[in-house]
Amino acid sequence: MSGAHDIKEEIRKYWKVFTALLILTVVTVAISYLKFGLAAAIIVALTIALAKGSLVACFFMHLISERKLVYVILGFVVFFFLSLMLLIYASYFNVPPGVKIVS
Amino acid sequence: MEIMPYIVEERKDTGLFNAKLGIWLFLSSEVMLFGALFSAYVLLRTGAAHWPHGSSILNVPIGAFNTVVLIASSVSMVFAWAALKENKFGKFKLNLGITILLALTFLVVKSFEYGTKFEHHMYPRTSTFLAIYFTLTALHALHVIGGIIVNSYFWGPGAKMWQADPARFTNRIEIAGIYWHFVDLVWIFLFPVLYLL
Repeated sequence: MSGAHDIKEEIRKYWKVFTALLILTVVTVAISYLKFGLAAAIIVALTIALAKGSLVACFFMHLISERKLVYVILGFVVFFFLSLMLLIYASYFNVPPGVKIVS
Repeated sequence: MEIMPYIVEERKDTGLFNAKLGIWLFLSSEVMLFGALFSAYVLLRTGAAHWPHGSSILNVPIGAFNTVVLIASSVSMVFAWAALKENKFGKFKLNLGITILLALTFLVVKSFEYGTKFEHHMYPRTSTFLAIYFTLTALHALHVIGGIIVNSYFWGPGAKMWQADPARFTNRIEIAGIYWHFVDLVWIFLFPVLYLL
């Protein structure tokens, strides 16, 4: 965490992050008008979202200079979140016979 | 009156003041809450015989506008915290006020979006896509409302603490800010997933 003496430098950094987030938002929308396949569109959209999310987390939430315990907590979060997604992925290949899903 | 320890200074064992540890534990549970709904979205989408493209049902320019509004509110929130670090209380009030107004703008735009859908007889029961869309965005909107309530308290009556205990008040704004940035972060993922894919 920064002290009061270099807070002006922090503010300059926040402006840069804001600009980057706006540019990435425009890129996200612009790319969605290109005719990618679904898989490519998902990968591109989520990669940009991940980049934007990382900027918010690292600079606005100060994760770039946090204490070790916060990283440990977030390590658990990542593990359980990925486990949850993996369970969904596994269930995709294990649909009981006769089950029909409607949209 | 006994004052609780570690509300300003950091604990030696954790390296964090109490509220900082508390907000990260709370946000961990929030990740799992939204994670459960995101995984439900994936399950519903991969299991569906047909899934509409988000842009065929939702208004992309409005969604993009709301994304910019929330990002701007995150910036003004972090500026509010930085203003307290600079001992500029007036600047803090201005920036937190802007944050609250931007959050209200987000909700007004969202309510217009909902209203348009209802006018066209598009409800959560209409399709699986709309069911998960309304569930995810309404849960997110509840978080926005929660943020507005907390930030309004710190802008109004809660701001008195600045006179009595500025360090503690600055920590409170940092914690409120971490929550608010999380709300922004969730929308950063919701927007492409629901509107663009």
